[in-house]
Amino acid sequence: MDLADYRKPIPKPTPETKDFWEGCKRGELRLQRCTACGHVFFPPRGHCPKCAARSVESFTASGRARLYSYIINHRPAPGFEQDAPYAIAVVQLEEGPRMMTNIVGCPQTPEALQLDMPLEVTFEPITDEISLPKFRPVDAR
Amino acid sequence: MKRKSVAIVGAAETTELGIIPHMSQIQLHADAALNALADCGLTPKDIDGVACAGASPVEVAWYLGITPTWVDGTAVGGCSFMMHVRHAAAAINEGLCSTVLITHGESGRSGIGRARFGPSPQTLQGQFEAPYGPMGPPTLFTLPVLRYMKEYGLTEEQLAMVAVVQREWASMNPRAMFRDPITVEDVLNSRMIAYPIRLLECCLVTDGGGALVLVSSERAKDFPTKPVYILGTGESVETPMISQMEDFTTSKAFRVSGKKAFEEAGITHDDVDHLMIYDAFAHLPIFGLEDLGFVGRGEAGAFIAEGNTRPGGKLPLNTNGGGLSYTHTGMYGMFALQESVRQLRGTAPAQVPNCRISVCHGVGGMFAASGTIILTNEEP
Repeated sequence: MDLADYRKPIPKPTPETKDFWEGCKRGELRLQRCTACGHVFFPPRGHCPKCAARSVESFTASGRARLYSYIINHRPAPGFEQDAPYAIAVVQLEEGPRMMTNIVGCPQTPEALQLDMPLEVTFEPITDEISLPKFRPVDAR
Repeated sequence: MKRKSVAIVGAAETTELGIIPHMSQIQLHADAALNALADCGLTPKDIDGVACAGASPVEVAWYLGITPTWVDGTAVGGCSFMMHVRHAAAAINEGLCSTVLITHGESGRSGIGRARFGPSPQTLQGQFEAPYGPMGPPTLFTLPVLRYMKEYGLTEEQLAMVAVVQREWASMNPRAMFRDPITVEDVLNSRMIAYPIRLLECCLVTDGGGALVLVSSERAKDFPTKPVYILGTGESVETPMISQMEDFTTSKAFRVSGKKAFEEAGITHDDVDHLMIYDAFAHLPIFGLEDLGFVGRGEAGAFIAEGNTRPGGKLPLNTNGGGLSYTHTGMYGMFALQESVRQLRGTAPAQVPNCRISVCHGVGGMFAASGTIILTNEEP
């Protein structure tokens, strides 16, 4: 798709999420870990949501995940008209956190989308600043 | 709060309900407010506390000509009104005000005088959910359903039965928007909105409003209406993003809010005569029944399908027809409270016999927030 035609919502990073989006641009899924209690979390923030320590570090996650739940949307959001019906999914990352995403590289059907199926991250370039993390079935390479 | 220390003495919905294109959202607040004040023989000059969501309490107070000494603008979605009741009871007991008006008005269908908003691209929702194409609550609130179905074996037929049973209640209610009986097949054959959720498993989109008037229980006997006393209250929040909900098979906010309300009320589940669970979608009553502790984990689908919550069943649930069939303006919680009050006054269209204790449980956002109010008509 020509980027000029991209009408979907585009994330705008904040100081706390800049590292995550820069990672996506490089093809890395960045998560945060609390250096006090070891808790791994998402979305990014300046402190640990479990123990409130401000000592957090970011690291590159494996990119492996499983399909936690999803819906198949028949009423497309503005900009998504060509995609409908499309799955909106929540995936469980190997490291623990969950994130919303789309599942690519497979039909958007209940038959193709089985809960707990193994997935891996892939990055869809949107702008010079933003690439969106999406997930595809592991056997779809 | 102190049990039965505060009572609802005025309660009313907007004069019309459903499609009201000739009234703006703020006027719907006012219409409901004036009806509730008339219900208990008061005027705006008698009100010294104002709470509302969907509009600022500044706007509502000014629009009605009220000069309050207490306001609450808690706006966490459809259960905001349960929280307003809770906060108002505390405020009355603390002497911050004596006569509280809680209003809801929403031009959800016609969109007259209503601000439209979506997440800005710098918010967490704007960065981590909106880019993946959600189209409002039907595509977000429904995300946990498949996980729940896999964990507990809930069937599509059982889920459809939620809508079927609520339509049975609605068929007894002349103000319900949808009153014609439906079958499981009708539900399963209705248009797919967000697999596995069909059109008839989604709430209505309507215009309307409602309002409540609260005073101390000592003053309640001076009003012309039958007082409905506040027995227990609870509230909590979990997450602004459904993708970050701790467990897709249970709502933490439901559990915390419900437990707190039951503890305050000092009742057991067997004491409950009537139950309202905010039903934006068909899975909400299932989550609510389990998270409030009426049934065990994974049991609610069968409990509803077996007829326990239908007219004549042992636990009458969503007796106005609910958001699925009665009305749903966007923030439906006020209508659940109105039905609990009607049941305890003995004035509901589908009246539950000998109704003494009603539990009214609300949700806000997409499992983001929750408020629970337990009401009784038994005097202190």
